[in-house]
Amino acid sequence: MHDSILDYRGFRYLWVALILSIGSIVAYLWHDPIGVPNGGSWLGYTLGTIGALLILWLLWFGIRKRRYGRATGTARGWLSAHVYLGTTLILIAFLHAGFQVGWNIHTLALVLMLLVIFSGFFGVYAYLRYPALMTRNRADSTRAAMIGEIRELDAQALQIADKVDRSVHDAILSSIQHTEFGGSVWKQLRARDNSTTALARLKEAVLASDAGEAPKPQAGGSQTMVMMVDFLANQASDTQSEHLRRLIDLISRKRALATRVARDIQLQALMEIWLYFHVPLSLGLLGALIAHVVAVFFYW
Amino acid sequence: MVDIVDIAIVGSGPGGVSAAARAAELKVSHVLLEAAPHLSNTIYRYQKGKHVMAEPEALPLRSPLPFAAGSRESILEAWDQGVARLAVNVRHGAEVSAIKKLENGSFEISIGRKEKLLAKNVVLGIGLQGNIRKLGVPGDDAPFVQYQLDDPDEYEGETIIVVGAGDAAIENAVALSKQNQVVVVNRREEFARAKEGNLRAILKAIEDGVVECYYGSAPERVDKLSVGRKPGRLILNTPKGRAQVLCDRIIGRLGANPPRAFVESCGVVFPNADPSAVPAISEKYESNVPGLYIVGALGGYPLIKQAMNQGYEVVEYILGNQVEPADEPLLRAKFQRMPGFKTVSAALEKVQSAAPLLATITPLQLREFMIDSDIRTPKAGEVIFKRNDYTNSFYCVVEGQVEVLVDEAGGKRVSLGPGEFFGEMSLISGRRRSATVYAGQGCVLIETPRRSMTKLINSVDAVKKLVDRTFVERAIRARFGDEATPTQIKEVVASASLQRFKAGETLFREGDEGDALHLVRVGSLTISRSIGGRDVVLSYVPAGNYVGEMAIIGGGKRTATARAAVATETIRVDREAFRKLLNQNPLLRMKLAREVKQRTAENITMQAAASGGDIISFLVGQGLGEATDVLLIDESLCVRCDNCEKACAETHGGTSRLDREAGPTFANVHVPTSCRHCEHPHCMKDCPADAIHRAPNGEVYIADNCIGCGNCERNCPYGVIHMSAKPKKKPGLLQWLLFGSGPGPGESPYDPDSHEKKAVKCDMCKDIPGGASCVRACPTGAAIRISPEQLPEYAYARGP
Repeated sequence: MHDSILDYRGFRYLWVALILSIGSIVAYLWHDPIGVPNGGSWLGYTLGTIGALLILWLLWFGIRKRRYGRATGTARGWLSAHVYLGTTLILIAFLHAGFQVGWNIHTLALVLMLLVIFSGFFGVYAYLRYPALMTRNRADSTRAAMIGEIRELDAQALQIADKVDRSVHDAILSSIQHTEFGGSVWKQLRARDNSTTALARLKEAVLASDAGEAPKPQAGGSQTMVMMVDFLANQASDTQSEHLRRLIDLISRKRALATRVARDIQLQALMEIWLYFHVPLSLGLLGALIAHVVAVFFYW
Repeated sequence: MVDIVDIAIVGSGPGGVSAAARAAELKVSHVLLEAAPHLSNTIYRYQKGKHVMAEPEALPLRSPLPFAAGSRESILEAWDQGVARLAVNVRHGAEVSAIKKLENGSFEISIGRKEKLLAKNVVLGIGLQGNIRKLGVPGDDAPFVQYQLDDPDEYEGETIIVVGAGDAAIENAVALSKQNQVVVVNRREEFARAKEGNLRAILKAIEDGVVECYYGSAPERVDKLSVGRKPGRLILNTPKGRAQVLCDRIIGRLGANPPRAFVESCGVVFPNADPSAVPAISEKYESNVPGLYIVGALGGYPLIKQAMNQGYEVVEYILGNQVEPADEPLLRAKFQRMPGFKTVSAALEKVQSAAPLLATITPLQLREFMIDSDIRTPKAGEVIFKRNDYTNSFYCVVEGQVEVLVDEAGGKRVSLGPGEFFGEMSLISGRRRSATVYAGQGCVLIETPRRSMTKLINSVDAVKKLVDRTFVERAIRARFGDEATPTQIKEVVASASLQRFKAGETLFREGDEGDALHLVRVGSLTISRSIGGRDVVLSYVPAGNYVGEMAIIGGGKRTATARAAVATETIRVDREAFRKLLNQNPLLRMKLAREVKQRTAENITMQAAASGGDIISFLVGQGLGEATDVLLIDESLCVRCDNCEKACAETHGGTSRLDREAGPTFANVHVPTSCRHCEHPHCMKDCPADAIHRAPNGEVYIADNCIGCGNCERNCPYGVIHMSAKPKKKPGLLQWLLFGSGPGPGESPYDPDSHEKKAVKCDMCKDIPGGASCVRACPTGAAIRISPEQLPEYAYARGP
């Protein structure tokens, strides 16, 4: 049945990681190096080799998950191991270095490694938290279906606006032209849309016209909204205000949908954005690791 | 006086045109009658450039006309040239309205409304497409009235009336409404026959005012106009009185008359009312009306090459020539394996006399049956099939015997001798084999694939009766045979009857008197109870299980409601017969009482996790009631990486067979659009090449001999089959990763050059070690596959 990457096969890789960690700690405490603990002792080399191999193996996950059909194990098993053993790497790296840091290439590798691992932690958090939020936000629809419905609402709104007045039609048209989803990373992550204020104005205008008062022209609102409100106050006949009310219904519905689409895009972006740090940093780490190993062996 | 010909051929499909060509070659007086202005209308209406395949490959072609796999155009052109070269007497536009046998033995063929023609013999090759229904009112053949629409974008700025309310009419109306003024005429008050998506589209178009609809209206007359801007008008009878609509064009989409009524009007008898039944024809393709011959799809031979061979042979037979049927070499090769084989006809006779099941079928049916089947001569002790395999072929014992291991633990075996058959359980229920079967000494078997056996069962009533009777007997024996004596079993069998239920129909209701118990033979059930006025599903009962014995053993009242999840068939055993059996067998009663107790306990646990029941109802609504294996995605774990789709595409020639995002979700359980591997696969129903099979582990897959006709795509209610061409080979993963060459994993760009499309669907990665790639590639464990047996457990685990 369904279980997540963390509890894969009864936490199999958590146990592996724990055994590896405890083993390393015991060895570190038991080991009595000449001078301070460091990477140059036999234990330092051993832990360094384990760490380096772990890094290479962790990097291999990028290849493994794209090798379908002939690869061993399941992607889930690999990811579960990737998470637990990747976490263990923090401990192994520090034990390997004997907790020494400095302003050098070795510590650069360590820092890069930590950045990769912590971006991975965010990934685990994102994978466990956002999928359910995404499902709830979608409410049994799909993004394509929601966007399709928005298009339809737009078309209907235009048809109705057509029946009211040319200026209203233009206003709706321009608002449609300004609807956009996604865009830059920042826009995707922000998930803001500014139709709220416009809608509120329009509603106010309708209520005011129902009460028989002329709504006050408001400063600061968008040109189109001010125009529509004016129109409602001064010229609208009964059928026209009926149409306008229907327009508001459509725009409200569209707004609800637009918010959901924006939120959907935001959640998807959150689930992916960390990979844009995790992967390049890990390639940087690979470079730094090679430099670290070469440097150690050259300047013996 | 009217013309007299030796052979009149009706319909110029592959069978008809081949027959006419052979007659022309032999200089026999003949006429080929075709309603359309071109040959082979069915193939003519294939889409442009469609690749037509020439299955079965092993069958040699025997016809004066050429035929090889190729594009629709090249095949039609070759036939046109052949027909011209042989000077075949073709009459286009000749729609045959009746064929009457005269007293002198010849036939009177009515063409259109007036003309008549005499023929000594008639060859019917009209296929299954049927005649397109016309408006049936005066003026329905005016030049602006048409019954087909190839390309809706061809018309612009016209007023077009679409008559009809089916899917074709709706699709046309909606497509035309983009550039034209469209009026739909619907005889009924609603669009009842339409698919869900089409229904929504047309109602929306009507609501938006893009399409105008006359409900409850029927055309009365079509008038040609010579003045005004429009060329015609349609007079309508509407509920509010008569109305007229001026128009540029009228498109009638009223479906087609299936040819059966016409064929019956010619005197040909069908064996039963089943829509898939084919008329019985002799070895020489002659129907029960002497002199009236049937070739091609109408006689049950849907493939082009078969029909062309039959066209050739039927002319030879009419002329009194003995020709060896084209399939003779195939049969000879089959029978070579049979010990003591001499001639094909002797072997056929031997088979028929050995197997009572086949005694009543016609020689032609027997040939067909044998061509589809395999002769098997397994060594003694060899396993024929294993218990829990998903195979569904059917076996007849010709010689020797087989041993059925009926009791796995006790090792009890039952042997079956010559003339008996086995394998009917899985064939009918669509479920796993119920027992392992071993070959005995000197065993000769006929193994028949599902499609051929189903066809035979549906065409010959005697076969159906015998198979059904045996099924009931064996099913009851399997359940009660350990405790009861054969005479007691016989009494129960005598009281048993088959009962059919539509999807959603109730077998019995909570609180009803328990009058019978049911063994589910085909389909599946849900068991529910009314709790606080709400129906709560407690469990799911797949085929092969019993329901209803609780009430008979216990108090007498039903404690729950049983409903058919899909179209279901049960064996019903009457209460009295069952009670008698229990009274005679205290051991059986004890065993059943124990089972009842256990089931009650299970139901109570389910009741405690009521939302588990909701998940069952949801999944049954998604087709799990007929599934054998389904992909489910836990949306609280799914990170939408689409690795499942990419893995599917990468392991299956570039096309993903699953659509992750599509499909409904309930309580975070998402059912993506992917194959359910149904017990009775809808896709198998109408595959002319018999290319869809079920592997021993249950995977329903499409073999390479697919001819790309698209029937399976249309028949699948879950939309999981696509027509797809093989994409180009792409560079390896590392080359993409390091140098960006070629499309990435799971991507395959559209290739405009490929026409040879075949059907593709999920095969559950049966050829890949390790199992389904979609599940194995899911990094978070969101994707799993389950079978319906695991359904209650799954639902319960997610319930609270």
